[in-house]
Formats: sequence, C-alpha cells, structure tokens
Amino acid sequence: MDETTVAAETETDLSSDVADAFLDEELLVEEISIDGMCGVY
Amino acid sequence: MTTTTRPRLLDRRLALHPQVALRPEPFGALAYHYGNRKLVFLRHPDIVRVVNSLDEHDTLSDTLRACDIDEARWPSFERALTSLTASEMLHDRTG
Amino acid sequence: MTALVDQLKGGLDAPICLTWELTYACNLECVHCLSSSGRRDPRELTTDEAKAVLDELQELQVFYINIGGGEPMIRRDFFELLDYSIERGIGVKFSTNGAFIDAEKAERLAAMDYLDIQISLDGTDAVTNDAVRGEGSYDTAIRAMNHLRDAGFGLFKISVVVTRHNVDQLDEFKALADSFGAQLRITRLRPSGRGADSWHDLHPTNAQQRQIYEWLLAHGDDVLTGDSFFHLNALGEEPLPGLNMCGAGRVVCLIDPIGDVYACPFVIHDEFKAGSVRDEGGFARVWKSSELFAELREPQSAGACASCGSYDACQGGCMAAKFFVGIPLDGPDPECVGGHGEAAMLAASASTKPRPMMDHSKPARVATPDRVPVTIGRR
Repeated sequence: MDETTVAAETETDLSSDVADAFLDEELLVEEISIDGMCGVY
Repeated sequence: MTTTTRPRLLDRRLALHPQVALRPEPFGALAYHYGNRKLVFLRHPDIVRVVNSLDEHDTLSDTLRACDIDEARWPSFERALTSLTASEMLHDRTG
Repeated sequence: MTALVDQLKGGLDAPICLTWELTYACNLECVHCLSSSGRRDPRELTTDEAKAVLDELQELQVFYINIGGGEPMIRRDFFELLDYSIERGIGVKFSTNGAFIDAEKAERLAAMDYLDIQISLDGTDAVTNDAVRGEGSYDTAIRAMNHLRDAGFGLFKISVVVTRHNVDQLDEFKALADSFGAQLRITRLRPSGRGADSWHDLHPTNAQQRQIYEWLLAHGDDVLTGDSFFHLNALGEEPLPGLNMCGAGRVVCLIDPIGDVYACPFVIHDEFKAGSVRDEGGFARVWKSSELFAELREPQSAGACASCGSYDACQGGCMAAKFFVGIPLDGPDPECVGGHGEAAMLAASASTKPRPMMDHSKPARVATPDRVPVTIGRR
C-alpha cells in the first residue's frame, strides 16, 4: 500500500472504515440481461 | 528465462470496441455491444468520463490520472474496467 | 447507489428496446394469440410511417427492436424495413412462425448484419403443437429451422409458450434447441387476446408451476424466460435467474400495427394505451410524457399483497394476467403460488372482466381438434 492510503487510515477508525467500505463497494459497472424480458425476443 | 506475462490493466492501451454504442443516461450511461448482444450499465458519470477519454491518453493509468480519479478509487475502476474488457466492451487498441 | 432494478423501475429516458407488432395479419390462428391476430387492420402504418418511427428510434438511440405481429413476414415491406432499421444502427430481432422462411429467405437473413430470429413452437411433436397453433404448424416451424441451419444463419431462438399440455416436454424442448444449436426461450401464457378464451384450460396447474420453477432453477442459466416467471419466486428461497421485474413502460413498450403505443404486448387495451405514434410529438413524446407511463414509473403499491411475506420475491405478479381475469392491479396474480389468486378470481364477476378492445381474428374460426376443449365463438 502506498503512503497516501496509509495516511487515510490514520484518521478515526469509523470514518476510514466507512470510507474503505464505500470504496470496496463502489460498483461502477453492472452487466444485465433483458434478453427475453417480457415481450422482448 | 522468458515468461509471457499479461500486462497489468493499468498499463494497457484500451479503446471502446467499435461495435459498442454508448448512450448517456441520468446516472451515467448504457453500453450495448451489437456483436455479442451484451448490455452494461455504467453507473457513475466518472466511469463514463474515463471510458470516453481512453483514446486521448496512452495507458489506462494515464487516463485515470487525466480524469482526476483519486488513486484510492483506482481499485474500483480497475474492477470495472476488467469487467468491461471481459465482456468485450473494451479491447486493446491496435496501433 | 440505488439498486439497478430500482433505477430501471423508475423508467429510462428512452427504451432499451421495444416490441413492434408490424401487422395483425397472420397465416395462423393460434388459440392463445396475445394480439388476436388473423386479419390485417386497414389502419396499418404505411411504409413511410414505419420509417418515420425508425428515424425517431434512431434519435432516441434505442438499441434494437423486437418485431412480431401477427406474422411480420407477411408485410410486403418486411425486408425493406429490416434494412432501413439495421442501416440506422437499430438491431432487429423478430419472432415468426416460420411459414415464410424458405431456403432463399434463409440465405438472405443469414447475410444480414445484426439480426436475431425467434421461431415459435408450442410442442415437441405435431399433436401437441398443432392443437394450439394449427395443423401443419409444427412441420412449418421445423422446416424453417432446417433452412436457417442449412443457410448457416447461426444462433436462433425457439420460443415456447408454456401450457398445461407441454410442461412435461421441457426437457425435450431443450434437446430440440440443442440439436439445432438454438437457444430455448420459454414464456408464460397470459389471458390476453384470444388467450382470454383458452386460458382457463391451458394455463399450468399449481403442481405444474412448481415443476416449471424447479426446472428453471436447474436449467435457467441456459434458457431465456421472457423474465415472465418471477411470480414463481415465491415458491422458494432461490430467485430465478433474470431481472425479475416488469419492464412495461419503463424499459420497454409495444408499438402495435396501427401505431398505438401500449405498455407491453400483453395489454393491448385502452386501459394500457399510452398514445399513438401518429400523435403530435410522435413516439418520443409518448415515451417521455404519457400519463400512463408516468404512472407506471411511480413506485407501485403492494395493495392487497402488502401483508404477504412473498411480495418482495413475486412483486404481485403480472399486471396483464390480473387485468384480463378481472383482478384489480394491486390484487394478487391469478396464478399466485400462495393460492390467493383463486379467491380473487371468484370475487371478480363477469362485469369486472375487461372485454377485448380489438379482435383481428379471422371470421368463423374452426374449433381446434382433440386436445384443447375450448369453446370458440365469434366475439
């Protein structure tokens, strides 16, 4: 891990946990299929 | 000893596949691949910006930097762009 | 970040794709036809009007259209419209009974850029199939599939409406699709169009619904379902593959042969009519501003189903199924796996059951032989 990340982790536990959780969960793309959605062939 | 190692994603020169249409949406964009019929939601404007800027920069890491993406978010972007290459929405630039 | 499905339920600025019934004319008279097709409607969109719609869809960046009918290949401008669409970057998927796919047409279709085909079939043998679709229709469908395969068309779909009489054939349908290298699609029978008459005799029993659910859990990754069985999710812990949501008026919609825009192909009725492409502002205005679609894009009320623990899984089922048996839209699905639909149907009197708005059936239909004891009369 580089220094910027280490610096972030020295903030209060709560906010860095929340920040890390958000980053881990940032789902930027999602593949979906509507193939054969009702009325769709 | 020679090993063929796949360049890591950040070092690759990527481009949107020519058969992909990107349609802006309020939340980001929809990408549809006319060849393999896949449909992908780009769920944040930042990922749309990055995808649209790939051509203007050399490697992916150059693009992320140019788009002002905080390095702390790079893992999420790498995950997203890996997924886009897996679905063939993005491919390696030729030339 | 909002869940993707919730974002879709709120509606998109343009459809991802839409269904377009090109004509009410048909060479067949399937007993369950959702569009009651048979005779062409004289008010059908002209070639120029159809092209104007395609121009609009191009501007909206609709990715592809799902063409059906009636039998779409009956239209004389069928290939002209296909070419016009594909040239403008709008892919075409069409549904056909196969009667007009001969060797020459198969070659022509195989040569086209983005084009997907779906052949309708409702039985793995002529007896089962033809009881619903008419004598000779099984042979016609198989012949079309052979032509497509011989022409090197590539992947096509076989689409099956699941009924009481073919539910035991699911494995055979899969094998048939595999033998052609085709993809199987199974969809739910709705009491729509002529389906209103035959639904009570044709729809799967409760035991058969469980059979379908379990079969889909085992095979669902390979098989398309028209996302039309999500009401079965209430049967178990594991949701079926797919989005499990109704996209009508939010992600997709229907354009009918005379240019009317409906929420979906199963609700061709004034109650679900959003407008017409012939109205001022064309299709775009209807999609963006119609009252009906605005209503559908609001969060839906669970109504009578609110206290049921299964509501999250089944979402109250299908509005078309409810509507045509006379159940209120915030009531249970007629095929509710919890059995709540049966009581609701008993409560629905003949006066609440909607009458079909249009019937393009050919006059003096002949009762179908053997299997389906349906009473058919001129409406």
